[in-house]
Amino acid sequence: MFAIYTRELKSYFLTPIGYIFCGMFLVVSGLIFSQTTLMLATPSTSSLGEYFLYMMAIFAVLLPLLTMKSFSEDRKSRTDQILLTSPVSILGIVLGKYLAALTVFAATFVANSFNFVLLFMYGTPNAASIFMNIFGIFLLGAAFLAVGVFLSSLTENQLIAAVSAMGVNAAMLLISFIADGIENTFWRTVFKWFSVVDRFEPFTNQMLDISAIIYYISLAAIAIFLTTRVIEKRRWA
Amino acid sequence: MVEITDVRKSYGNKHAVNGISFEVKEGEILGFLGPNGAGKSTTLNIITGYLSADSGSVKIDGTDILEEPLKAKKDIGFLPEIPPLYVEMTVLEYLNFVYDLKGCKLPRKQHLKEICEVVKIWDVGNRLIKNLSKGYRQRVGIAQALIGNPKVLIFDEPTIGLDPRQIIEIRNLIKMLGREHTIILSTHILPEVQAVCDRIVVINKGEIVANEKTEDLINAVDGSRKLVAKIVGPEDEVLKALRSLGGVKTAEVLGKRDTDSISYMIESQERVDIRKPLFALLSGRNWPLIGLEGMELSLEDIFMRLVGKEKDKEVGKKARKGVK
Repeated sequence: MFAIYTRELKSYFLTPIGYIFCGMFLVVSGLIFSQTTLMLATPSTSSLGEYFLYMMAIFAVLLPLLTMKSFSEDRKSRTDQILLTSPVSILGIVLGKYLAALTVFAATFVANSFNFVLLFMYGTPNAASIFMNIFGIFLLGAAFLAVGVFLSSLTENQLIAAVSAMGVNAAMLLISFIADGIENTFWRTVFKWFSVVDRFEPFTNQMLDISAIIYYISLAAIAIFLTTRVIEKRRWA
Repeated sequence: MVEITDVRKSYGNKHAVNGISFEVKEGEILGFLGPNGAGKSTTLNIITGYLSADSGSVKIDGTDILEEPLKAKKDIGFLPEIPPLYVEMTVLEYLNFVYDLKGCKLPRKQHLKEICEVVKIWDVGNRLIKNLSKGYRQRVGIAQALIGNPKVLIFDEPTIGLDPRQIIEIRNLIKMLGREHTIILSTHILPEVQAVCDRIVVINKGEIVANEKTEDLINAVDGSRKLVAKIVGPEDEVLKALRSLGGVKTAEVLGKRDTDSISYMIESQERVDIRKPLFALLSGRNWPLIGLEGMELSLEDIFMRLVGKEKDKEVGKKARKGVK
């Protein structure tokens, strides 16, 4: 698993995709950050909540860039043959690829934290709120990545993998707004339950909501489990 | 070393592999032969655990590939039809990755250097794979299969798309590897098998049509052997002597290309080697033998006959069904 992890991580930066992702992430995040906090905020309030809401939407579009080639490229270039005929378990292969994507995401996110450092230099932001938000949105990103890995295992075409991942991510975000428009309480509760945005709320209120953490982690775990099933099933096709 | 028992695999309605069983003994080079689309690659993919069979079992050194895949896969080095190369890496980066992937325990630098020298890619070690020619890529593919020194090597059409010199090099390499490894070599190029393999399994339409030692297969299809002998001597007398030699079926003049020698085509009876008596005869009469060549049936002929036979059978079956 470690061999696959290292190779994937390297390959992000042997091809332009790693640089494109990091660059886009930092530029877009920087722009939104300066708009929502430095430009618009009044001295007494900071609009970090808005920043994180925007970032969710950005994640939905950007994170599929990291996962679109995870399995689709291997399948197209037939390099999956060396992975699947080597003494490595399928879960090991999937986790290796997933963790590599997660590492690139996390590293970029750490670099992105420079934005928050600025806040501390020029103001007195609520540190707890910032940390909870970061923690929450990282979990959300981790779930998006797992979904992306899963979708890339379904196709040989990177573009299809990327676009479908963007679609699914967007749907997971928008389900919250759809839920708001539903009159029936039962269905509204069900939709809200699945909504990644509503699950994020406790973090913005500086609450460590265990059920939300479990929700994001299980979302990722289910996507990874499904990926192993897809690959396993292909051997029997 | 490799045991394949009644392996079946279908894609939808199409039976790609239909009940194949064979065994490869330790140290043997097995030629796995068949026309395009016969099910060769499917079978190899099943042996290596890339695909799963619908039924039947594959055992590598006694370990079932489905029950203990990690253990069984450690013993296999596989070169698929399209070498599984990460083209954005350099050769050495790639081989180091495979080394880690296979969890190899041999001393890294020395092991990789040895392999690179065997397949002659040491000089391109730091080049990107995407900039290499097809011949070099194929060799990187072979190098990848050799990492970890697995007991069984499986090559799926290793010489396809190479130039004649490269083909000979790769063949010699496989012969050399055969001294220490058990090898399954799939191909549809027949001289390749004749040159390299100890035993041949021929498949057609997912079924085995022959499984014999290379020479036996040649003899089995056509027992009699033809020789072309270049002999210096009086034509009539030589011809008469040849025809009266024990074991000779027919003898005739093939042509006179050189000025003083004449070529004769000699057909011996089934399973009789006439080369020794022939030599005794000629040396006794003091007729110099300046050339002797076997006109064995080439595998092409054999293959056509084996596959052709199947066709005849099928035609027969259909005809019989029609009568009923």
